[in-house]
Parts: sequence; structure tokens; C-alpha cells
Amino acid sequence: MARFAPPSIVRKALASDLVDRLTAPHGVDRYLELVDPTWTVREVRAEVVAATRQTPGTVTLLLRPNGAWSGFRAGQHVVVGVEIDGTVHDRCFSLAGSPHGTDGLLELTVKANPTGRVSRHLVEHAVPGLVLRLSEAQGDFVLPSAAERTATGDHLVFISGGSGITPVLSMLRSLVDERHVGPVTFVHYGFTADDVCYRSELAELVGALPGARLLIGLTGAPGAGDLDGFFGPEHLAQITDRPDRARVFLCGPAPLMASVEQVFADLDLADRVHLERFGPPPIDPSIAVGDGAVSFARSGVAVPSVGTVLETAEAAGLAPAFGCRRGICGTCTRTKTSGRVRNVVTGDVSADDAEPIRLCVTVACGEVTVEL
Amino acid sequence: MPVPAAAAHLTPEQIDAFGAELDELRARTVADLGERDREYLQSVVRAQRGLEFAGRALLFAGFLPPAWVGGTTALALSKILDNMEIGHNVMHGQYDFLQDPAFQGTTFEWDTACPGDQWRHSHNYRHHTFTNVVGEDRDIGYAVIRIDEGKPWKPKDLGNPLYALLLATFFQYGVMLHDLEVENLAKGRTTWAETAALRAEMARKLGSQTLKDYVLWPALTGPSAPFTLAGNAVANLARNLWSFTIIFCGHFPDGVETFTREEAEDESRGGWYLRQLLGSANIEGGPLFHVMSGNLSHQIEHHLFPDIPAHRYPEMAVEVREICERYGLAYHSGGLVQQFGSVVSRIVRFALPWSRSEPAPAPEPAGAWIEADLAA
Repeated sequence: MARFAPPSIVRKALASDLVDRLTAPHGVDRYLELVDPTWTVREVRAEVVAATRQTPGTVTLLLRPNGAWSGFRAGQHVVVGVEIDGTVHDRCFSLAGSPHGTDGLLELTVKANPTGRVSRHLVEHAVPGLVLRLSEAQGDFVLPSAAERTATGDHLVFISGGSGITPVLSMLRSLVDERHVGPVTFVHYGFTADDVCYRSELAELVGALPGARLLIGLTGAPGAGDLDGFFGPEHLAQITDRPDRARVFLCGPAPLMASVEQVFADLDLADRVHLERFGPPPIDPSIAVGDGAVSFARSGVAVPSVGTVLETAEAAGLAPAFGCRRGICGTCTRTKTSGRVRNVVTGDVSADDAEPIRLCVTVACGEVTVEL
Repeated sequence: MPVPAAAAHLTPEQIDAFGAELDELRARTVADLGERDREYLQSVVRAQRGLEFAGRALLFAGFLPPAWVGGTTALALSKILDNMEIGHNVMHGQYDFLQDPAFQGTTFEWDTACPGDQWRHSHNYRHHTFTNVVGEDRDIGYAVIRIDEGKPWKPKDLGNPLYALLLATFFQYGVMLHDLEVENLAKGRTTWAETAALRAEMARKLGSQTLKDYVLWPALTGPSAPFTLAGNAVANLARNLWSFTIIFCGHFPDGVETFTREEAEDESRGGWYLRQLLGSANIEGGPLFHVMSGNLSHQIEHHLFPDIPAHRYPEMAVEVREICERYGLAYHSGGLVQQFGSVVSRIVRFALPWSRSEPAPAPEPAGAWIEADLAA
């Protein structure tokens, strides 16, 4: 059943300054969302219109964003807010579709991470009709414009592994829509052939581009793919004999990203590699609880931890607002965007996720980033 | 730290054990937070937004008396729910765990003149950290009413009942001005210039609220404009009187204790819990009454656990009461008429220089558990 969406002239009226003043201090979205969560005029919401499971442990979602959505560039990602057991969890996902699509739908492919609450929830439970919260499109990992591509004549090399395929797939689809003619190599690594999402579509897309080539690397099935084992100088030699003319777009598991970066660094060509990294670097298990470092994202300061996060901020010369300094009043609440922290009152250690923390009763466990 | 008289029968170890029991209750409740709390908040928000919509809509026909009465009542109920069960509680961070940007304690804004950020400072920090500490907690009589003998009598205190009546009538503006700390301005401890940022924020919020309730909505209702204006004013007044009543019953009935700075210095976690308990009073009533009071009718539980969703207080209160009984600690509670009567009588009595607090009830005989422990 199609959801009723208010016509755009009504949405425009609802987003007006007058309605804003009439609905102060909450704003009109807080009322509209109670009628239908997709009726918000300022906050982006999207309804799942299809959920397909192409390969085991993954789900590909087609989303219809509401009128607050203002488009994206190939390669960008969105922060998706999913409600699980009453709590909203935010995660970044790359958009896999081409921004030139005519149906206005967005596509995300999610791979279930065994320890990831959101990815597992979506893979197991996402069904058409589910409404997700979306941020505006973000990120500067984007496909260069047609004019720029023509000017440089670079060989576009896309390297992805596993679910890291989504942003580069968006770029490849976009190249097809833009009738790109220059040299392109699309390299994708999977464990076995069954683990490669979009396999047949990749062949079609590459076939539609005059100068394009597809190389599938299967790390768990020697001889079955175009490339054997993990990325190294030999793989690069198969991709191109002129790495200095390559412009690499890279997204995948941390070890793949590290080896591609290393190979290009060794050639003194590190600046040819553009990459998209999701999630914090893996935690070093040798780091004891409370023995870490805090990056204050807005202030651009990163310092070793000296006590609570609040004390650490103050020692670094920052002056965050605080009140009681014992976890009562909430004045010092800020968002921790990554890393694990321990609450000194309850002793609880948090997950890696973004979440609000009270700086005065929190200590860092390893590397932590705080919006401050 | 000197122990308050009402807890003089407890050793420091027993006070620690008392604190540990409350910590355990807190941890158990926090571990259980989830879908149920989200559903509860959503249902209250739906009720509030529905009442607000109904109230605004009915006032379009405000020239008809039944529509005016219905619209004004719905709007008053909406403002009460918005300020108390939603605003006050969300701004304490009670629903931060939902991670919903619309209900974050640090950013939520409510339908009243006081800017959320200033409230978070004067209430969440000053009042909840220094609860009932004379000289620190400016909520004691809201700095204008003399309601405790810790504050020396001055001739102007003869106006106590009048000040209380004015404060109740214009409560939202009183709350708004709270963070200016007028008494400190008067004494020259702060300067007018220092309050510029506060005043700018107050002016912005006051302007937005006034424009909405007294200009835009009346204008939008066309011929009904005067009726809408009157309806909005009465709804604001009703909310003012109700919230004043509930809030004054929370800390000022007879028997509720105030503390000196020394008593609150270097207190243990158990000692902090003790001060919150002895400095607060509950109001008894039915489930609807508790919701309309923002569960501030469970002022004791709110002060013990200010960041736990308030709709949990009724069930926590059963255990808190039982713990207090075992430790022989007073648990102030009474009906609305009794508690408010006591507050009114204090406001009148403390207008006079010779007034004294009613003595706090003598410590109840310690329970059997404490006796056994003391003997050991």
C-alpha cells in the first residue's frame, strides 16, 4: 500500500516561518511525525520500499526519502537512524545507487557484522514499510565531475572488498549514466563467488562502459576469480602498468585498505588514493580501561587521558560547560562519536557507537572521539 | 560531615549501606529501561500534542462558550503536560538513553517563558546538587519568599503572602527570571552588565512565546481573536498556578529539612541520598494526578534518581519506602490538601519575625535490622 505523502505545496507551507513560530518551541516536525513519520518537512525520513537478501548475511534496501531529502553525489554516505528496542542507533551507510536515478529511490546494502547491533537488526528485520531516519548526504569521497575527469584523463581504479562495494558501485553506476568513455578498472574482493553482491550487475555495468574492465578477486577460492589471494604489487601490475596515471577509489576491510595504501606509498604515489573508512580502527586489547586518549573533534585537540573525559578536556585547555561534576545534572553531556568509555559510577563499559555521555563520570578506554 | 538530626541514629557505615541499597535499586531500574519507557513517553507526547491541537482548533470557535471552555482546558492541560511530565523530565536527561534527538536532555526546549538552557543550570545543577542547602539552593522560597528560619527576617518579609500570590500567578516569568539571581544583583555581587547574555536569551524565548500565544494564534482565529487571547492567557495562568502548587509541595511542607553548607560538604554518596530524602516530600494521589504533576508528586524518588524516567517513580517508591523504614528514616508524604495547607501556613507564618519551623518528627525507633546491626 502506497503511503500518502502531502503535496509539495503543502509541505512548503508547513516548512514556512509562520508555521515555525506557531509551533514553537518544538517545531512542526514534532507534530507531523505523530500523524506519519515520513511527513516531517525538515528532517529526512525514508520508507523501505524493498528489502532483498542477495547473498547470505546481507540485505539491500531500496528507500523512498521524503521531500526533505536534497540529493547526493556518487560515493557519499548517510547517517541512518534505526530504532531498536526503543533506542535510536545511528550508523553510516554508503549509498549504492546512481544519483541520476529517475525513480528517486536510494539504495543501501548492509552486511551483518556479528557484533554490530544495527547491521544485524537490518539484515534480520528490515521489511517494506519500515521508516528510517536519514541525515543529509555527507562525505568528500565522491566521483570527480565529468569535466574534471576529461581534463585529467586519469585511469579510474575502483578497489573494494565485501560490503565496501557500495560507494564505488554508486560511482560506477553514475559513470554509466554519464556515458563515461575513459579507462576504468573495477576491482572487487570477496571470499568466494557466493559472497559477491551485485555480481551480474557489475558485469553489465562494466560492459556498458567502452573503456572498462572488471577484476574479481576471491581470497577464499584460489583460481576461481580473476585475482588470487590478497592485494599486493602483483595485483596492481594486473590492474595497470601506469600507477602514476591511476586515480584510486578505495573502500573495504581495514587490511585491504592498509595494503593498497602501503603499495601506493612505496611507489611515492600516496596522493593517488582516495578512500572511505567506516568505523573506528580496531581496539588494541592491550589498552587497559581508563588508559586511553581523547580527541575533541570540534576543538581539533587530541590528548592522552588524565582522569575523566571532563578533566582531560580541562587539562587540554578546553572549558566545556559543567555543573555538579558527579553525574547528576547532565550539564556536561556531549556526544561521543567513537571509541569505548567506562562510566565511573556504574562501571559499565560502553559499545563503540555514537552516544551521549556525561563527561564528568566517564573515562576513556583506548581512543575516544568526543564532539566538543 | 555533620549528620542531619533525623539520621543521627545511623553510623557512617550504615549510611553507606543505605546508599548502596539505593544504588542497587537504581542500577536494577536502569538495566530495565527500553521499549516500555519509549512507549510511555510517546503516549504522553501524543496526548500533549493532541490536546494542544484540539485546544488551538476549538478556540477558532471561541465565541461559543462551550468551545472556549473546552479549548482553554485542552490548552491548559497541554501546557501542564509539556512543562511537567515531558519538559522537566526530558531536560533532566531521563530519556537520553533513547538517543532520539527530539528528546535529548541538553537540547530540549519547552512551552514556557524560561529558556531551557537557563533552567538546566538553575534547576538541574543548582537545585539538584545543593538540594535544600540554605544559601546555595535558590529554590528555597525562590529567593523572594521567606520559608525557612535559616533566612534572617527582614521587614519586607511581611509581604510574604503577597509575594507568593504574585509568584504563583506569574510563575512562568518567575521561573524565567530565576537565573538572573536578582538578590545577587541587589546586593551588588553581580552586575547588570554581567547578565547581558542571560537577558538576551530570556528576551528571545519570551518574545517567541508571547508572539505565539498572544499575537499569532489570536490573529489566525480572526473574529475570535479576543476569545483566543483570553483562552491562551487563562491556559497559561492555570499552568502557572498548578506548577507552583506542585513545586512548592515538593520541598516546603513542615517537617522537610533544610541543611547548612557544612552539612553538605564532603558528603558520601549515602549522605547525598540522605539529604535528598530528608529535603523532599511526596504528594499522595491517583495515577492521573501523578502524570499531571510530572510525577513530581514523587519528589523524594525524583531527588534520589533525577535522571531515571519519572513514570518509574511510583514502582520505585514502594522499595524506597521499605528501605527507609528499615533504616528508621523519615519519608515525608501526604495528600495534596495537607501538603499545600502546610506550605501556605509556612508562607504566612514566616512573614513574621518570631516564626519557627515545626520541629521535624523525632527519629523513628530504628527497625529491627538496625538494632541487630548496632548490637553486633
